[in-house]
Amino acid sequence: MNLPFQTLLLAASAAWLVTSAQADTGKLLLTSGVSTIEGAAGGGLSPWAVIGSNATQGEVGGSAYATHAGTQDYGLLVYGATLGFHDRFELSIAQQDLNTRGTGTALGLPGLHLKQTIVGAKVRVLGDAVLNSDTLMPQVAVGVQFKQLGSTGLDATLDALGAKRGGTDVYLSATKLLLSQGLLLNGTVRATKANQNGLLGFGATLGGNESSYRLQPEVSVAYLLSKNIAVGAEYRFMRNRLENAGRAAGLGNGLRAGDWKDVFIAWAPNKNFSLTLAYVDLGVIVPATTGGRKQTGYYLSAQASF
Amino acid sequence: MKKTIFSFVLTAAGLLASSVSMAQSASQDDRLYRAFGEKTGLVSLMDDFIARLLADPRTGRHFQPANQQHVKEQLVEQFCALSGGPCVYKGADMKSSHAELDITKSDFHALVEVLQLSMDARGIAFGRQNQMLALLAPMHRDIITLP
Repeated sequence: MNLPFQTLLLAASAAWLVTSAQADTGKLLLTSGVSTIEGAAGGGLSPWAVIGSNATQGEVGGSAYATHAGTQDYGLLVYGATLGFHDRFELSIAQQDLNTRGTGTALGLPGLHLKQTIVGAKVRVLGDAVLNSDTLMPQVAVGVQFKQLGSTGLDATLDALGAKRGGTDVYLSATKLLLSQGLLLNGTVRATKANQNGLLGFGATLGGNESSYRLQPEVSVAYLLSKNIAVGAEYRFMRNRLENAGRAAGLGNGLRAGDWKDVFIAWAPNKNFSLTLAYVDLGVIVPATTGGRKQTGYYLSAQASF
Repeated sequence: MKKTIFSFVLTAAGLLASSVSMAQSASQDDRLYRAFGEKTGLVSLMDDFIARLLADPRTGRHFQPANQQHVKEQLVEQFCALSGGPCVYKGADMKSSHAELDITKSDFHALVEVLQLSMDARGIAFGRQNQMLALLAPMHRDIITLP
Protein backbone atom coordinates (compact mmCIF):
# COMPACT_ATOMS: atom_id res chain seq x y z
CA MET A 1 0.00 0.00 0.00
CA ASN A 2 1.28 3.37 -0.97
CA LEU A 3 0.28 5.45 2.03
CA PRO A 4 0.93 9.05 0.95
CA PHE A 5 -1.03 8.14 -2.18
CA GLN A 6 -4.02 7.15 -0.03
CA THR A 7 -3.92 10.50 1.72
CA LEU A 8 -3.86 12.29 -1.60
CA LEU A 9 -6.74 10.18 -2.87
CA LEU A 10 -8.90 10.95 0.15
CA ALA A 11 -8.08 14.65 -0.04
CA ALA A 12 -8.92 14.65 -3.75
CA SER A 13 -12.22 12.83 -3.25
CA ALA A 14 -13.08 15.23 -0.43
CA ALA A 15 -12.44 18.16 -2.77
CA TRP A 16 -14.49 16.53 -5.51
CA LEU A 17 -17.44 15.75 -3.24
CA VAL A 18 -17.40 19.25 -1.89
CA THR A 19 -17.28 21.01 -5.24
CA SER A 20 -19.87 18.68 -6.79
CA ALA A 21 -22.22 19.23 -3.84
CA GLN A 22 -21.73 23.01 -4.09
CA ALA A 23 -20.86 22.89 -0.41
CA ASP A 24 -24.07 24.07 1.20
CA THR A 25 -22.96 22.52 4.42
CA GLY A 26 -24.16 24.07 7.63
CA LYS A 27 -22.65 23.32 11.00
CA LEU A 28 -22.05 26.01 13.58
CA LEU A 29 -18.53 27.40 13.98
CA LEU A 30 -16.07 25.18 15.83
CA THR A 31 -18.74 22.57 16.60
CA SER A 32 -16.92 19.87 14.67
CA GLY A 33 -13.74 20.44 16.65
CA VAL A 34 -10.39 20.43 14.88
CA SER A 35 -8.22 17.61 13.50
CA THR A 36 -6.30 15.43 15.96
CA ILE A 37 -2.80 14.19 15.21
CA GLU A 38 -4.44 10.84 14.38
CA GLY A 39 -6.86 12.33 11.86
CA ALA A 40 -10.14 12.01 13.78
CA ALA A 41 -12.07 15.18 14.60
CA GLY A 42 -11.63 16.32 18.18
CA GLY A 43 -9.09 18.30 20.06
CA GLY A 44 -5.41 18.14 19.15
CA LEU A 45 -4.41 14.98 20.99
CA SER A 46 -7.71 13.27 21.70
CA PRO A 47 -10.68 12.36 19.49
CA TRP A 48 -14.16 13.66 20.37
CA ALA A 49 -17.62 12.31 19.60
CA VAL A 50 -18.14 15.05 17.00
CA ILE A 51 -18.08 14.19 13.29
CA GLY A 52 -15.51 16.06 11.19
CA SER A 53 -16.27 18.55 8.39
CA ASN A 54 -19.09 21.11 8.16
CA ALA A 55 -21.62 18.56 6.97
CA THR A 56 -24.75 18.19 9.02
CA GLN A 57 -27.80 15.98 8.40
CA GLY A 58 -28.25 15.16 4.71
CA GLU A 59 -24.87 16.62 3.73
CA VAL A 60 -21.37 15.42 2.87
CA GLY A 61 -18.31 17.46 3.72
CA GLY A 62 -14.59 17.21 4.01
CA SER A 63 -11.57 18.74 5.64
CA ALA A 64 -7.83 18.68 5.21
CA TYR A 65 -5.15 19.77 7.63
CA ALA A 66 -1.45 20.01 8.41
CA THR A 67 0.05 20.05 11.89
CA HIS A 68 3.55 20.58 13.19
CA ALA A 69 4.72 19.96 16.74
CA GLY A 70 8.23 20.66 17.95
CA THR A 71 9.74 19.65 21.30
CA GLN A 72 13.29 19.75 22.71
CA ASP A 73 14.39 16.61 20.88
CA TYR A 74 11.72 15.75 18.31
CA GLY A 75 9.69 17.20 15.47
CA LEU A 76 6.35 15.77 14.35
CA LEU A 77 4.69 16.65 11.05
CA VAL A 78 1.18 15.40 10.39
CA TYR A 79 -1.08 15.93 7.41
CA GLY A 80 -4.35 14.32 6.54
CA ALA A 81 -7.94 14.54 5.44
CA THR A 82 -11.39 13.73 6.76
CA LEU A 83 -14.75 13.04 5.17
CA GLY A 84 -17.97 13.57 7.12
CA PHE A 85 -21.25 11.98 6.06
CA HIS A 86 -24.58 13.33 7.38
CA ASP A 87 -23.00 14.21 10.72
CA ARG A 88 -23.11 10.45 11.33
CA PHE A 89 -20.00 8.80 9.84
CA GLU A 90 -16.44 10.01 9.62
CA LEU A 91 -13.57 8.60 7.59
CA SER A 92 -10.09 9.94 8.16
CA ILE A 93 -6.51 9.43 7.15
CA ALA A 94 -3.39 10.84 8.76
CA GLN A 95 0.24 10.60 7.80
CA GLN A 96 2.66 11.17 10.69
CA ASP A 97 6.37 11.85 10.27
CA LEU A 98 8.47 11.94 13.42
CA ASN A 99 11.92 13.44 13.00
CA THR A 100 13.96 11.61 15.65
CA ARG A 101 16.93 14.03 15.38
CA GLY A 102 19.53 13.17 18.08
CA THR A 103 17.81 9.94 19.07
CA GLY A 104 18.26 8.52 15.57
CA THR A 105 21.89 9.59 15.57
CA ALA A 106 22.48 8.03 19.01
CA LEU A 107 21.02 4.75 17.69
CA GLY A 108 23.40 4.83 14.73
CA LEU A 109 20.52 5.84 12.44
CA PRO A 110 21.16 9.52 11.63
CA GLY A 111 18.28 11.19 9.81
CA LEU A 112 15.80 8.59 11.09
CA HIS A 113 12.19 9.56 10.41
CA LEU A 114 9.43 7.33 11.77
CA LYS A 115 6.39 7.40 9.52
CA GLN A 116 3.01 6.16 10.58
CA THR A 117 -0.23 6.04 8.60
CA ILE A 118 -3.55 6.01 10.43
CA VAL A 119 -6.83 5.20 8.73
CA GLY A 120 -9.78 5.96 10.97
CA ALA A 121 -13.54 5.57 11.04
CA LYS A 122 -16.02 6.94 13.54
CA VAL A 123 -19.76 6.67 13.93
CA ARG A 124 -22.01 8.86 16.04
CA VAL A 125 -24.15 6.48 18.06
CA LEU A 126 -26.48 8.92 19.79
CA GLY A 127 -27.07 12.46 20.95
CA ASP A 128 -26.33 15.94 19.70
CA ALA A 129 -23.53 17.65 21.60
CA VAL A 130 -24.70 21.14 20.70
CA LEU A 131 -28.47 21.45 20.33
CA ASN A 132 -29.75 19.26 23.18
CA SER A 133 -28.94 21.96 25.70
CA ASP A 134 -31.82 21.01 28.01
CA THR A 135 -30.35 17.63 28.88
CA LEU A 136 -26.99 16.39 30.12
CA MET A 137 -27.02 13.52 27.64
CA PRO A 138 -23.80 13.82 25.62
CA GLN A 139 -23.15 13.00 22.00
CA VAL A 140 -21.58 9.54 21.92
CA ALA A 141 -19.45 8.01 19.18
CA VAL A 142 -17.30 4.94 18.68
CA GLY A 143 -14.23 4.93 16.51
CA VAL A 144 -11.48 2.71 15.21
CA GLN A 145 -7.97 3.60 14.05
CA PHE A 146 -5.85 1.26 11.95
CA LYS A 147 -2.22 2.22 12.42
CA GLN A 148 0.76 1.12 10.40
CA LEU A 149 4.33 2.15 11.09
CA GLY A 150 6.52 2.28 8.01
CA SER A 151 9.63 0.12 7.70
CA THR A 152 12.83 1.90 8.81
CA GLY A 153 16.26 1.19 10.22
CA LEU A 154 14.54 0.91 13.60
CA ASP A 155 12.79 -2.35 12.60
CA ALA A 156 15.49 -4.57 14.12
CA THR A 157 15.31 -2.71 17.43
CA LEU A 158 11.51 -2.96 17.51
CA ASP A 159 11.75 -6.68 16.72
CA ALA A 160 14.27 -7.16 19.54
CA LEU A 161 11.89 -5.44 21.97
CA GLY A 162 9.00 -7.51 20.70
CA ALA A 163 7.06 -4.48 19.46
CA LYS A 164 4.83 -4.89 16.40
CA ARG A 165 4.70 -2.30 13.61
CA GLY A 166 0.93 -2.30 13.20
CA GLY A 167 -1.97 -2.01 15.59
CA THR A 168 -5.62 -1.08 15.93
CA ASP A 169 -7.08 1.34 18.48
CA VAL A 170 -10.76 1.33 19.39
CA TYR A 171 -12.32 4.19 21.32
CA LEU A 172 -15.55 5.45 22.81
CA SER A 173 -16.06 9.21 23.14
CA ALA A 174 -18.71 11.31 24.84
CA THR A 175 -18.91 15.05 24.11
CA LYS A 176 -21.18 17.62 25.70
CA LEU A 177 -21.40 21.34 25.07
CA LEU A 178 -22.83 23.11 28.10
CA LEU A 179 -24.15 25.88 25.90
CA SER A 180 -25.22 28.41 28.51
CA GLN A 181 -21.78 28.12 30.12
CA GLY A 182 -19.92 27.97 26.79
CA LEU A 183 -18.07 24.92 28.10
CA LEU A 184 -17.33 21.79 26.10
CA LEU A 185 -16.40 18.56 27.88
CA ASN A 186 -15.14 15.38 26.31
CA GLY A 187 -14.18 12.03 27.73
CA THR A 188 -12.66 9.27 25.62
CA VAL A 189 -11.68 5.75 26.59
CA ARG A 190 -9.27 4.09 24.19
CA ALA A 191 -8.34 0.41 23.96
CA THR A 192 -4.84 0.28 22.53
CA LYS A 193 -1.53 -1.55 22.44
CA ALA A 194 0.41 1.42 21.09
CA ASN A 195 3.72 2.75 22.41
CA GLN A 196 3.77 6.55 22.12
CA ASN A 197 0.65 6.47 19.93
CA GLY A 198 2.23 3.78 17.72
CA LEU A 199 5.28 5.78 16.65
CA LEU A 200 7.39 3.35 18.72
CA GLY A 201 5.38 0.31 17.67
CA PHE A 202 2.76 -1.69 19.50
CA GLY A 203 3.36 -3.55 22.75
CA ALA A 204 6.53 -5.37 23.77
CA THR A 205 7.46 -8.89 24.81
CA LEU A 206 11.03 -8.46 26.05
CA GLY A 207 11.20 -8.31 29.85
CA GLY A 208 7.56 -9.33 30.30
CA ASN A 209 4.46 -9.46 28.16
CA GLU A 210 3.11 -5.96 27.42
CA SER A 211 1.18 -6.94 24.34
CA SER A 212 -2.41 -6.95 25.52
CA TYR A 213 -5.02 -4.24 25.02
CA ARG A 214 -5.28 -1.70 27.84
CA LEU A 215 -7.83 1.02 28.42
CA GLN A 216 -6.47 4.56 28.45
CA PRO A 217 -8.71 7.50 29.39
CA GLU A 218 -8.44 10.90 27.73
CA VAL A 219 -10.11 14.14 28.84
CA SER A 220 -10.61 17.45 27.03
CA VAL A 221 -12.16 20.69 28.22
CA ALA A 222 -12.74 23.73 26.02
CA TYR A 223 -14.20 27.12 26.85
CA LEU A 224 -15.69 29.36 24.18
CA LEU A 225 -14.33 32.89 24.54
CA SER A 226 -16.34 34.04 21.54
CA LYS A 227 -18.08 32.52 18.52
CA ASN A 228 -14.77 31.82 16.87
CA ILE A 229 -12.21 31.42 19.64
CA ALA A 230 -11.95 28.50 22.06
CA VAL A 231 -9.32 27.82 24.70
CA GLY A 232 -8.86 24.51 26.43
CA ALA A 233 -6.76 21.72 27.79
CA GLU A 234 -6.37 18.01 27.19
CA TYR A 235 -4.94 15.10 29.13
CA ARG A 236 -4.24 11.77 27.47
CA PHE A 237 -3.11 8.93 29.69
CA MET A 238 -0.44 6.80 28.10
CA ARG A 239 0.68 3.45 29.36
CA ASN A 240 4.38 3.02 30.00
CA ARG A 241 4.75 -0.17 27.97
CA LEU A 242 8.37 -0.15 26.87
CA GLU A 243 10.14 0.51 30.17
CA ASN A 244 10.51 -3.15 31.16
CA ALA A 245 11.63 -4.13 27.67
CA GLY A 246 14.18 -1.31 27.81
CA ARG A 247 15.45 -2.49 31.18
CA ALA A 248 15.79 -6.06 29.87
CA ALA A 249 17.77 -4.62 26.96
CA GLY A 250 20.15 -2.96 29.43
CA LEU A 251 18.81 0.60 28.99
CA GLY A 252 17.64 1.06 32.58
CA ASN A 253 14.50 3.18 32.48
CA GLY A 254 15.62 4.65 29.16
CA LEU A 255 12.42 3.69 27.30
CA ARG A 256 10.03 5.07 29.90
CA ALA A 257 6.95 6.97 28.67
CA GLY A 258 4.61 9.48 30.25
CA ASP A 259 1.14 10.95 29.74
CA TRP A 260 0.46 13.55 27.03
CA LYS A 261 -1.17 16.90 27.79
CA ASP A 262 -1.69 20.28 26.20
CA VAL A 263 -3.31 23.67 26.55
CA PHE A 264 -4.65 25.14 23.33
CA ILE A 265 -6.29 28.08 21.64
CA ALA A 266 -8.30 27.51 18.47
CA TRP A 267 -9.44 30.28 16.16
CA ALA A 268 -11.93 29.91 13.32
CA PRO A 269 -12.16 33.23 11.43
CA ASN A 270 -14.83 31.57 9.26
CA LYS A 271 -16.41 28.17 8.70
CA ASN A 272 -13.81 27.07 6.20
CA PHE A 273 -10.64 27.66 8.12
CA SER A 274 -9.22 27.21 11.61
CA LEU A 275 -5.86 27.58 13.30
CA THR A 276 -4.92 25.85 16.54
CA LEU A 277 -1.91 26.75 18.65
CA ALA A 278 -0.98 24.68 21.68
CA TYR A 279 1.67 24.15 24.28
CA VAL A 280 2.25 20.40 24.58
CA ASP A 281 3.90 18.28 27.24
CA LEU A 282 4.47 14.76 25.92
CA GLY A 283 6.36 13.48 28.96
CA VAL A 284 9.62 11.68 28.31
CA ILE A 285 10.16 10.00 24.93
CA VAL A 286 13.14 7.61 24.84
CA PRO A 287 14.84 9.33 27.82
CA ALA A 288 17.91 7.12 27.17
CA THR A 289 18.93 9.34 24.28
CA THR A 290 17.41 12.67 25.35
CA GLY A 291 18.99 13.18 28.78
CA GLY A 292 15.72 12.21 30.46
CA ARG A 293 14.22 15.55 29.38
CA LYS A 294 10.49 16.11 29.30
CA GLN A 295 9.39 16.81 25.75
CA THR A 296 7.55 20.11 25.83
CA GLY A 297 6.98 22.55 23.01
CA TYR A 298 4.59 24.02 20.50
CA TYR A 299 1.86 22.57 18.35
CA LEU A 300 0.47 24.45 15.37
CA SER A 301 -2.32 23.15 13.16
CA ALA A 302 -4.15 24.62 10.18
CA GLN A 303 -7.38 23.12 8.89
CA ALA A 304 -9.59 23.83 5.91
CA SER A 305 -13.10 22.37 5.97
CA PHE A 306 -16.25 22.33 3.88
CA MET B 1 -5.45 2.88 36.06
CA LYS B 2 -8.56 2.39 38.22
CA LYS B 3 -7.66 5.48 40.16
CA THR B 4 -7.22 7.61 37.03
CA ILE B 5 -10.54 6.50 35.54
CA PHE B 6 -12.20 7.15 38.87
CA SER B 7 -10.81 10.67 39.18
CA PHE B 8 -11.78 11.37 35.58
CA VAL B 9 -15.39 10.28 36.19
CA LEU B 10 -15.49 12.26 39.42
CA THR B 11 -14.25 15.44 37.72
CA ALA B 12 -16.74 15.07 34.88
CA ALA B 13 -19.59 14.47 37.35
CA GLY B 14 -18.59 17.52 39.37
CA LEU B 15 -18.51 19.76 36.31
CA LEU B 16 -21.92 18.53 35.19
CA ALA B 17 -23.45 18.98 38.64
CA SER B 18 -22.20 22.55 38.98
CA SER B 19 -23.49 23.43 35.52
CA VAL B 20 -26.95 22.08 36.36
CA SER B 21 -27.21 24.24 39.46
CA MET B 22 -26.05 27.25 37.42
CA ALA B 23 -28.70 26.60 34.79
CA GLN B 24 -31.40 26.37 37.45
CA SER B 25 -30.51 29.60 39.22
CA ALA B 26 -30.36 31.49 35.90
CA SER B 27 -33.95 30.68 35.00
CA GLN B 28 -35.41 31.93 38.28
CA ASP B 29 -34.83 35.62 37.67
CA ASP B 30 -35.08 38.20 34.90
CA ARG B 31 -31.36 38.95 34.50
CA LEU B 32 -31.31 37.56 30.99
CA TYR B 33 -34.41 39.60 30.06
CA ARG B 34 -32.70 42.75 31.31
CA ALA B 35 -29.46 41.88 29.50
CA PHE B 36 -31.48 41.84 26.28
CA GLY B 37 -32.78 45.36 26.99
CA GLU B 38 -36.25 44.29 28.12
CA LYS B 39 -39.19 44.81 25.77
CA THR B 40 -37.65 47.72 23.84
CA GLY B 41 -34.41 45.82 23.37
CA LEU B 42 -36.22 42.70 22.17
CA VAL B 43 -38.29 44.70 19.66
CA SER B 44 -35.10 46.26 18.21
CA LEU B 45 -33.43 42.86 18.17
CA MET B 46 -36.32 41.31 16.22
CA ASP B 47 -36.47 44.21 13.75
CA ASP B 48 -32.83 43.51 12.97
CA PHE B 49 -33.27 39.72 13.05
CA ILE B 50 -36.20 39.63 10.62
CA ALA B 51 -34.41 41.99 8.22
CA ARG B 52 -31.36 39.72 8.25
CA LEU B 53 -33.42 36.54 7.91
CA LEU B 54 -35.09 37.96 4.81
CA ALA B 55 -31.78 39.10 3.33
CA ASP B 56 -29.94 35.81 3.89
CA PRO B 57 -30.50 33.42 0.97
CA ARG B 58 -30.41 30.44 3.33
CA THR B 59 -33.29 31.66 5.50
CA GLY B 60 -35.03 34.22 3.28
CA ARG B 61 -37.14 31.69 1.37
CA HIS B 62 -38.71 30.46 4.61
CA PHE B 63 -39.58 33.90 5.92
CA GLN B 64 -40.64 35.79 2.77
CA PRO B 65 -44.08 34.11 2.54
CA ALA B 66 -44.78 34.65 6.25
CA ASN B 67 -46.68 37.50 7.89
CA GLN B 68 -43.48 39.16 9.05
CA GLN B 69 -45.07 41.59 11.49
CA HIS B 70 -46.83 38.68 13.19
CA VAL B 71 -43.65 36.58 13.32
CA LYS B 72 -41.78 39.51 14.83
CA GLU B 73 -44.37 40.03 17.57
CA GLN B 74 -44.42 36.32 18.35
CA LEU B 75 -40.64 36.24 18.62
CA VAL B 76 -40.62 39.21 21.00
CA GLU B 77 -43.20 37.48 23.21
CA GLN B 78 -41.36 34.19 23.08
CA PHE B 79 -37.91 35.60 23.87
CA CYS B 80 -39.42 37.76 26.62
CA ALA B 81 -41.08 34.76 28.28
CA LEU B 82 -38.01 32.52 27.88
CA SER B 83 -35.62 35.06 29.38
CA GLY B 84 -37.69 35.60 32.52
CA GLY B 85 -39.55 38.73 31.40
CA PRO B 86 -43.20 39.57 32.28
CA CYS B 87 -44.69 37.93 29.19
CA VAL B 88 -46.64 34.80 28.40
CA TYR B 89 -46.10 33.31 24.97
CA LYS B 90 -49.57 32.67 23.54
CA GLY B 91 -48.57 31.88 19.96
CA ALA B 92 -48.70 28.58 18.17
CA ASP B 93 -46.48 25.80 19.46
CA MET B 94 -43.25 25.22 17.57
CA LYS B 95 -44.29 21.87 16.17
CA SER B 96 -47.53 22.91 14.48
CA SER B 97 -46.16 26.26 13.31
CA HIS B 98 -43.34 24.55 11.39
CA ALA B 99 -45.07 21.34 10.33
CA GLU B 100 -45.86 22.62 6.82
CA LEU B 101 -42.32 23.87 6.18
CA ASP B 102 -39.30 21.99 4.85
CA ILE B 103 -36.63 22.76 7.41
CA THR B 104 -33.32 20.93 7.62
CA LYS B 105 -30.79 20.95 10.42
CA SER B 106 -28.62 23.11 8.17
CA ASP B 107 -31.48 25.66 7.95
CA PHE B 108 -31.78 25.63 11.74
CA HIS B 109 -28.04 26.28 12.10
CA ALA B 110 -28.30 29.11 9.55
CA LEU B 111 -31.03 30.73 11.65
CA VAL B 112 -28.85 30.45 14.77
CA GLU B 113 -26.00 32.15 12.91
CA VAL B 114 -28.25 34.99 11.77
CA LEU B 115 -29.52 35.41 15.33
CA GLN B 116 -25.92 35.57 16.56
CA LEU B 117 -25.23 38.38 14.08
CA SER B 118 -28.28 40.28 15.31
CA MET B 119 -27.30 39.80 18.95
CA ASP B 120 -23.77 40.98 18.11
CA ALA B 121 -25.24 44.04 16.39
CA ARG B 122 -27.27 44.79 19.52
CA GLY B 123 -24.10 44.54 21.62
CA ILE B 124 -25.34 41.61 23.71
CA ALA B 125 -22.49 39.90 25.57
CA PHE B 126 -21.42 36.49 24.24
CA GLY B 127 -22.19 34.72 27.52
CA ARG B 128 -25.75 36.13 27.54
CA GLN B 129 -26.20 35.14 23.89
CA ASN B 130 -25.32 31.56 24.78
CA GLN B 131 -27.77 31.53 27.69
CA MET B 132 -30.52 32.55 25.29
CA LEU B 133 -29.39 30.03 22.66
CA ALA B 134 -29.40 27.28 25.29
CA LEU B 135 -33.10 28.03 25.91
CA LEU B 136 -33.88 28.03 22.18
CA ALA B 137 -31.73 25.14 20.93
CA PRO B 138 -33.94 22.28 22.24
CA MET B 139 -36.71 23.57 19.93
CA HIS B 140 -34.77 21.96 17.07
CA ARG B 141 -36.76 18.79 17.83
CA ASP B 142 -39.99 20.51 16.76
CA ILE B 143 -38.65 22.94 14.15
CA ILE B 144 -36.54 20.63 11.97
CA THR B 145 -38.96 18.74 9.75
CA LEU B 146 -36.58 17.04 7.30
CA PRO B 147 -34.17 14.30 8.35
